[in-house]
Amino acid sequence: MKSTTDFHSKRDLPQKHILGTGTPMCPGCGGLAALHEIYDIMGEKTVFVNAAGCMTLLSVYPFTPFRGAWLYTAMASAPAGAQGVRDALDILKVKGAIKEEDDLEVIVLTGDGSAYGMGISATSGAIDRDLDFIYLCYDNEGYGNTGHQYSAATPHGVKTATSKGSRGYPGFKKDLFSIWAAHKPAYVATIIAAEPLDLAQKIAKASSLSGPRLLLALAPCPTGWSFDPSLSIEIGKKAVQTGVWPLKEYVDGKVVHTKIPKKRLPVEEYLKLQGRYDHLFHPHRDTKTLQEIQDRIDAYWHKVTYS
Amino acid sequence: MQRELLTGNGAAAWGARLARIEYLPAFPITPQTEIIENLSQWIDGGEMDCRMVTMDSEHSMITAAGAAAVTGVRTCTATSSQGLLHGMEMLYTVAGWRAPFVLINVSRGLAAPITLEPDHNDILAARDSSCVQLHCSTCQEVVDHMLIAFRLAESEGVRLPVIVNLDGFYLSFTREVVQLPDSRTADAFLPPYPSDFSLRFRPHEPVSAGVAVLGGSTYSYFRYQAHLASLHALPQYEKICLDFADLFGRQYGPLEEYQNKDAEYVFIMIGSYATKAKQAVDSLREAGWKIGLVRPRILRPYPEAHLCKALQGKKGVAVIDQNISMGKGGILYTELRSALYGHPDAPLLASFIGGLGGRDIKEEEFFEMASVLKQASADGTPPPPRLLYTEEEMREMRALQTIAGAIPVAQGDSR
Ligand SMILES: Cc1ncc(C[n+]2csc(CCOP(=O)(O)OP(=O)(O)O)c2C)c(N)n1
Ligand code: SF4
Ligand SMILES: [Mg+2]
Repeated sequence: MKSTTDFHSKRDLPQKHILGTGTPMCPGCGGLAALHEIYDIMGEKTVFVNAAGCMTLLSVYPFTPFRGAWLYTAMASAPAGAQGVRDALDILKVKGAIKEEDDLEVIVLTGDGSAYGMGISATSGAIDRDLDFIYLCYDNEGYGNTGHQYSAATPHGVKTATSKGSRGYPGFKKDLFSIWAAHKPAYVATIIAAEPLDLAQKIAKASSLSGPRLLLALAPCPTGWSFDPSLSIEIGKKAVQTGVWPLKEYVDGKVVHTKIPKKRLPVEEYLKLQGRYDHLFHPHRDTKTLQEIQDRIDAYWHKVTYS
Repeated sequence: MQRELLTGNGAAAWGARLARIEYLPAFPITPQTEIIENLSQWIDGGEMDCRMVTMDSEHSMITAAGAAAVTGVRTCTATSSQGLLHGMEMLYTVAGWRAPFVLINVSRGLAAPITLEPDHNDILAARDSSCVQLHCSTCQEVVDHMLIAFRLAESEGVRLPVIVNLDGFYLSFTREVVQLPDSRTADAFLPPYPSDFSLRFRPHEPVSAGVAVLGGSTYSYFRYQAHLASLHALPQYEKICLDFADLFGRQYGPLEEYQNKDAEYVFIMIGSYATKAKQAVDSLREAGWKIGLVRPRILRPYPEAHLCKALQGKKGVAVIDQNISMGKGGILYTELRSALYGHPDAPLLASFIGGLGGRDIKEEEFFEMASVLKQASADGTPPPPRLLYTEEEMREMRALQTIAGAIPVAQGDSR
């Protein structure tokens, strides 16, 4: 049975973290911050099914920060692992081997490398089959665990370990939200740890629904994006305020923006905090690329406002 | 017990049905597909209480199979060839989870060039995955070994995936009379899936599976554990076969030995082609040869002591590999050589590669192999490994190459 908790104001947010500390994640990890906030709400009646990435190191034998269960699969097939666990739990429930109240929410936990790339066939298949699961993607916009090479989630112009040239990554960030939405799943939402109330409301909504649900968290990554860990939340807030990371959800066939920045800040406010964009400012200002980035954001919001 | 005319695939499906599998993640591939089609019909018709789900790939399929098995339901899945290789990463992974499920592999040669017909390079690519491998030669053996495989996978101290292997086409599509175990006896032989084996993903109980380890010591420990579990599967298989014989009257064991007792020369083969070797043994025996056949039914764990014993004191052994390890040769041959190395009474070994991609091995070829073996044994020098190919085949191949434009006509003719 799905339950809904209401989050009207920040006062309603959980007051303490239940995910254990002392994991090998980097200080200021935006992905871990999002996971903390989500876990506080989802709690221990969960099985996390993980794919290769930074978060794989959360559970290193014999320790786990989780109060519930964990299954590490492989980079390409976490949603398939979720399928096996969900189906087995359902079979056991029908047979009376598990009580209804002991049922667990199956949550896939992967980075963008899996979610946007190697795992997309398994993900699409799971959505086709209307698998009852939550997919939590922490999007640090690169293959973080292997040293932050560019992935299909890397934005245009970013310097990564495999795009070190003066123009950075030549490609464009893939629109995973729309790819999911095109499957007509139960729920799709973008979230970010820096906006905990919006996040909590979406977790509550996702928890109340059944079927395939994506929570796509932009995950500021001090190590891969080169910024001081203390700036993690500020960068997250700037991602929203500049319109780089639109907070939105898809439900019942409609996309709704949940937090439209009243007056969008210039994107530079976000970019200049991160070393991965340094080459756009030093030694010379790359006005052309900066303008292109700004134009794409403006075009996105123009569409949101006028369609 | 009921007599039925069944294909190898039909027998595999019946085996899964009699094992009362609860979960079947699937993906189609020739020549395996008939198995999942049969099972899906029974599920749709209410004859089986099982959940089937067609996955997006074998990689996903094996992941789901392992995940369901560790969560606590009896799981079966099936594939062939490209599918097995596509899922190979997960085969190793779920074996590391110690997920006790059964995978049916219907052997088929590997691309490239792509083919539908059988050989054993697919299943032997899974050799080091920690999965137990059972190799069947008849439809009867397939249905029986499905039940045996589940018992073995779920045995305490084993708890590994078990692969039941049968050859594509030659066995998968060949109809034979099969004594179908009745379901009550099957139930007596194979109790329900042991609940204490599952990871018990339950609230308030933090269980983690497949977790990362730091350092070689922890890693080695778990890898050694899987190895020891696999070794333990050998005596366990023998024990289960005895139970099986008690209930069903059919005897199995690590080796099938045919006319081996007084044999001076022996053929070694696995799978359905071994029935061809049997026929050749009969013919050769009529002509006065003391020759036999030894066919391993289990390849992982490797029945080393059994093989050494069965071959001790023989003059010569011809290992016929339906696989090829490029740059080395036959895998069964290589393994047998290592098993016999240093044994005082070890026979001379001769290596033959044949039956790749469904290529037939004709009776005359068995005679030829026997002659080569006898001569080499008399000389005391092992013959160089042979790749079976007749002159006629070569002529036909040249004709094809000419059509393909690979070689000029005149040259093709003269070669
Ligand atoms: C099949 C396979 N290929 C490559 C790898 C190496 N690998 C491990 S983690 C990783 C990066 C994953 O990126 P992402 O999903 O974005 O997670 P992140 O590391 O950023 O947390 C890669 C490429 C692997 N584990 N498995
Ligand atoms: S590399 Fe980035 S995503 Fe990975 S743990 Fe460090 S901060 Fe988090
Ligand atoms: Mg990443």
